[in-house]
Parts: sequence; structure tokens; C-alpha cells
Amino acid sequence: MEKLKRFLEELLPSAVALVIGLLVGGILMYAYGYDALAAYKALFLGSFGSLYDFSETLSFAIPVMLTGITFAIGVRAGLFNIGAEGQLYMGAIGAVIAGALVQLPPLIHVAFATLVAMLFGMAWSIGPALLKVKRGVHEVISTIMFNWIAFYFVMYLAQYHLAEPGRAEKTYSVLETARYSILVEGTSLTSVLFVAIAFNIAVYMFLALTKMGFELRVYGTNPDAARYAGISDKKVMLVSFLIGGLAAGLAGGSQILGRPPTWALYGTMGNVMNLGFDGIGVALIGRNHPLGIIVASIFIGALKHGGRYMEYQVGVYSELVEAITGLIIIALAVPEIVEMVKRWRVRRRVKI
Amino acid sequence: MTLLLGRRGFFKWLAVAASLAIVLLSIKRFGLSPTSILEASLLAMTPLALAAMGESINERAGLVNIGLEGIFLITAALGVWFAEVTGNGWIGLLAGTVIGGLIGLIFGILSVYGKADQIILGIGINMFAIGFVPFFMMAEWAFPGIHIPPREVLITPIYTPFIKISHITILTIILAFALHYLLHKTPLGLRIKAAGEMPEALDVAGVSVEKTRILGAVISGALTGLGGAFMPLAWFGGIVKEISAGRGFIALAVLVSAGLEPLLALGFAFLFGFAEGLAFSVAVDPYIKEIVPYHLVLMIPYIITLVTVAIFVGKARFPKAIGQPYRRE
Repeated sequence: MEKLKRFLEELLPSAVALVIGLLVGGILMYAYGYDALAAYKALFLGSFGSLYDFSETLSFAIPVMLTGITFAIGVRAGLFNIGAEGQLYMGAIGAVIAGALVQLPPLIHVAFATLVAMLFGMAWSIGPALLKVKRGVHEVISTIMFNWIAFYFVMYLAQYHLAEPGRAEKTYSVLETARYSILVEGTSLTSVLFVAIAFNIAVYMFLALTKMGFELRVYGTNPDAARYAGISDKKVMLVSFLIGGLAAGLAGGSQILGRPPTWALYGTMGNVMNLGFDGIGVALIGRNHPLGIIVASIFIGALKHGGRYMEYQVGVYSELVEAITGLIIIALAVPEIVEMVKRWRVRRRVKI
Repeated sequence: MTLLLGRRGFFKWLAVAASLAIVLLSIKRFGLSPTSILEASLLAMTPLALAAMGESINERAGLVNIGLEGIFLITAALGVWFAEVTGNGWIGLLAGTVIGGLIGLIFGILSVYGKADQIILGIGINMFAIGFVPFFMMAEWAFPGIHIPPREVLITPIYTPFIKISHITILTIILAFALHYLLHKTPLGLRIKAAGEMPEALDVAGVSVEKTRILGAVISGALTGLGGAFMPLAWFGGIVKEISAGRGFIALAVLVSAGLEPLLALGFAFLFGFAEGLAFSVAVDPYIKEIVPYHLVLMIPYIITLVTVAIFVGKARFPKAIGQPYRRE
């Protein structure tokens, strides 16, 4: 009972923030003349209303549960790694190269392309990691610059070197052998879901069970104590960046190898854009915990998929869900908001 | 001057001078017009300098707002809206400034009284802007992601005999000196610096740390907002939903490279603006376009930002209490 109560306490900030985000989002809709209640109803039905919709919601959850790990493992090590976006682009283009240009037997090909995607993502995280460790450049600045460089670089590759002849708007689709199998017929949910969940669990085990994971957590909570205990801060930062890069690379790969019907990257990057930044919201709502992140990713996945239905039904432009995520992050940043709710609950209890 | 001419500093500036010389030579080689590149650089400099200078006051007072990118985006969109509704670009610029100041105020209050994690708060502001701006553009102009306001509301630059230059660029240069004076020669500047270095002392002296920091946040937001509205109204002549393109973060890089000095920030903003101005001029040049795809040219400003920060960041010294909420003992 005591344990359950503590667990609920832990969830309280996220719950309060979700309510605030949805509330302010509703006010915004109302202010621009939309029916906010109808919109939220459409959002909910559109994300959980049927097996098809729930599958799509899960499909949207896959990349953000991974980019959530990128941000979370940064925070756990005391870093604000917001480079998932660029690392995800690199992972996506890596998957296109390995999946479309290389020929391998079925299962091996999928595994190979996935690995290449992860390594591409990791490679892109080395730059900010070294700048941080060697020169003390703040990761917020360096990762954003790397994001933009990746944006133009990957776009260049997609449009100039990997574009499908006759269909210039997208790259080559990956070969049949490099595709994850579809789980629910007619939806875009594929078995890459299991790879993503397995990755989250692996990160959880890494943090909870290994010496390196322990050092990382200690450094994140108290850098001075960690240095005193002989923990190398450079190693911690590097490991955090590299794991984050693997996660983001996998997220990018999942959009190419595990997302019908295109199995390719759009030249405009439309099918991967913002997935890295969405991970930040996922990580914060999931309290930077790999298992919490899985739950939070389903919430954000629901917003993203349901948002399309909302746009179709009520006419609210679906990008609003990004704004709602932003509001949730803002609410989560302010601990006093939760304190206020707690005080209010105590006061009410006293009154009764 | 020791800051500029220390032994290692000398080599750094030598490197900067050498790369500028290379760039100038290649400009001549490719037959680009130096005037048009200077004009493009000054335009690109303006929003960077405004945001970096404003944020220098904010960070000196002890708050870090990485939501500059979001403020750029929101004030760009709302600036255009106000300009169109009133039919006057100047009101658009003013609206951008006021709205930016308001966002700064909210940021300040949440940071100071709400004891917010300022980095997360900044991320939240950016994220909100990424969603709000396309939503707003769709709701107001019923077209996704791009809007061109009528020509009448755009602000025309001043035509001098040599170059054309925007009023706001001139204002920015004046502001750089004014903020330098404010920070280093006035009692208010002393208070701002104290709020970041030793808030306890300021508190004991009977000055509110909270209000000083919020003032810093408002100045930062307002100048960033002016820069945001400047982009569509006095530079691009229209708005796309990614109009800020990372400039909020480049402004942070400017600020870090300049060691939180407003006047140096102007210099670095010009350097970064030059990189961007050059990239723009090169990217549209038909002769160069054939050899180098424009995607690769557009990467240049970000690469130069990284290199510059990596070279100059060692010099930066941050206020002791930066980023931490002030708690009275």
C-alpha cells in the first residue's frame, strides 16, 4: 500500500502537467474559434477508438520512446542532450543505405540495416560529445548545430544521391528483406516495436545493474561526490552521448525499416521531422525512467496519431499537439506547480 | 584589451583574420559583389545581435533562457499578424518587442518564483513555438507553413550612397553600446551583475534579487522579440514556419563566445552574420550552384558556429549563481 502511494506520488507531477497542457491547449483552440471539447473527443477516439487506431498510436510511439531515451540518459548523466533530432536523421539515412543498396538474406538484412542505423546515430553523437569533453562547449548549442548540419546533409543525400528514379520526392525504398514484418494487417505497426521495447529494457538494466550505469546515475545526481569517488566525468558523458546516439539512430531506422507503406525517407524529411524533439517531452513525462518512457511514448503517440483525426474532424491543425507537448514540458519544469496542487490537497483534506 | 590580446588570444584572432582573408579572396575569385554580401551580413547580424545582447543581460543577472529560438518564432508570426492588421510594419516590430517581453516576463516569473528548471523551461518554450506557430498560421491565414504579407507593411531599408541598411540594424549597433554602458557604468548594471554573482549581497543591500532577475528576463525577451519580428518584416519579406532556423541557438553561441559582453556580442554576431550572408549569396549564385549543391552551402553557418564556439568558449566566465533559483537563507 505504502509502495503504491509512493508510486502515485511519483506520477503526480506528470498528471498535473498533462492536465495543464491539455487545458491551455483547449483555451488556445477556443480562442481561435474551434470546438475544443469536440477536438479532444476526436483526439481520443482517433487514437484509442479501434484496433486500427490503437495500432497506429503504438506505431507513432516507437520512435519517440527511443528518442526519449536519448534525452533521458543525458539527463541521468547531468546533460541536456537535445541532439536526438539530427542523430535520428542520420539513422534514417543509414537505414536507407543499408536497406536499399545492400543485398543480404532475409533476417540478416534486417538486423544489419538496424545496426547500421544505430551506428550512424551514434557516430553523429560523437561530435557534440567530444566538444563537450575536450572544449567544454555546452551540449545545447552543439547538438542543435549538429541537428541542422544533419538536416541539410541528409536532405542532400536523399535528394541528390539516393532519390528513387522517377519518384524524386522520396529515396529508394528498402528491399523486402530489410523490412520488419507488419503486426496488424492494414496498419503501419511492425515488429520493430519489440526491438524498441527491448532497447528500453536494456537501458533500464544498464542503469540499474551495471557499474557504469551506477556511475552514470551518481554523476547525474551529484557530480562533486562522483568526482570525489573517482568516477571519470568524461567517461560518463561520453557513454551517455553514445547510448543516446544509438537510441536515436534506432529511432531513425525504425521509420525506414519498420514503417509501411513507404519504407523510405522523403526528400523533405517530412516523415522523420520533430520525432527527436518529441522525445524530450516523452522523457520528461516518463520522469526520465526507461519504463516510464514506454508509457509516456504511448501518450505522445496518441497525441500524434489522434491529432490527424482531430484535424480531419474538427479542422484544428494537427501541429497543435506539438504546442500541447510544449505546454506540458513547461508545466513539468516548474516544481512549484505540483507543490501548489499538493498544498491545495492538504488544505482540502483538513477542511473535511 | 587583455581579453583580446592575450598570447593565445592573439593566435585566435590571427586565425579569424586569416579565414576572413581567404573568404574575401574567394569572393573576388567568384565575382560576387562585396556590397551585397555586406548588406546580407548586416541583415543576418541584426536578430543574432539583438537576442545575444538581451540574453547577456539576462545571464549576467543569473537566468539562462534557451527559449530564444521559440521567442523568435512566435514574435515573427505575431509581428507579421499585427503589421497586417494595422497596416503598419513598425507596429508589427513593436508588437514583436512587447510580446517577446511578455514571454520573457513569464519565463522570469516561472524561474524566479516558480523555481523552475530553466533549461527545461526553455525547451518547453521552443517546443510550444514549434507547434503554436504552424497552428496560428493555419488558423489566421489558412495556408500551411508559409505566408507573404502585402508589400506595404514591409519595412524598407535606408539607402545610403554605399549600402542599404535597415533602421533596426542601426538601432542594434546603438543598443550594443547602450547596454555596454548600462552594464558597466550604471548602478543598475552593478545590481544586475550582483544578482548573478552574489545574490545574497544584493539581498542584504536591500535590492530585490527576484525583481532584478525578472528585469533581465524581460529585456532579453523584448530584444529577442524585436529580432523575431525583424526577420519577416525587414529581412525576408515573408514568413515560413521554420523562419528562425536555429538562430536562437546561434545567438546563444554568439553570447558564449563573447563571454556575456554585449559589445563583443555585436562583433561575434557580425562574424556569424557574415557566414550566413556569405552562404546566402553563394547559395543563389548560378555559377557556384552548379559546383556545390546549395544544401551543403547552407550547412556553413552552423559549422562556423561550432568552430567559433569551440575556439572561444574557454575564455567565457559565467556568473557564479547562474541558472540557480535564489533561496533566502
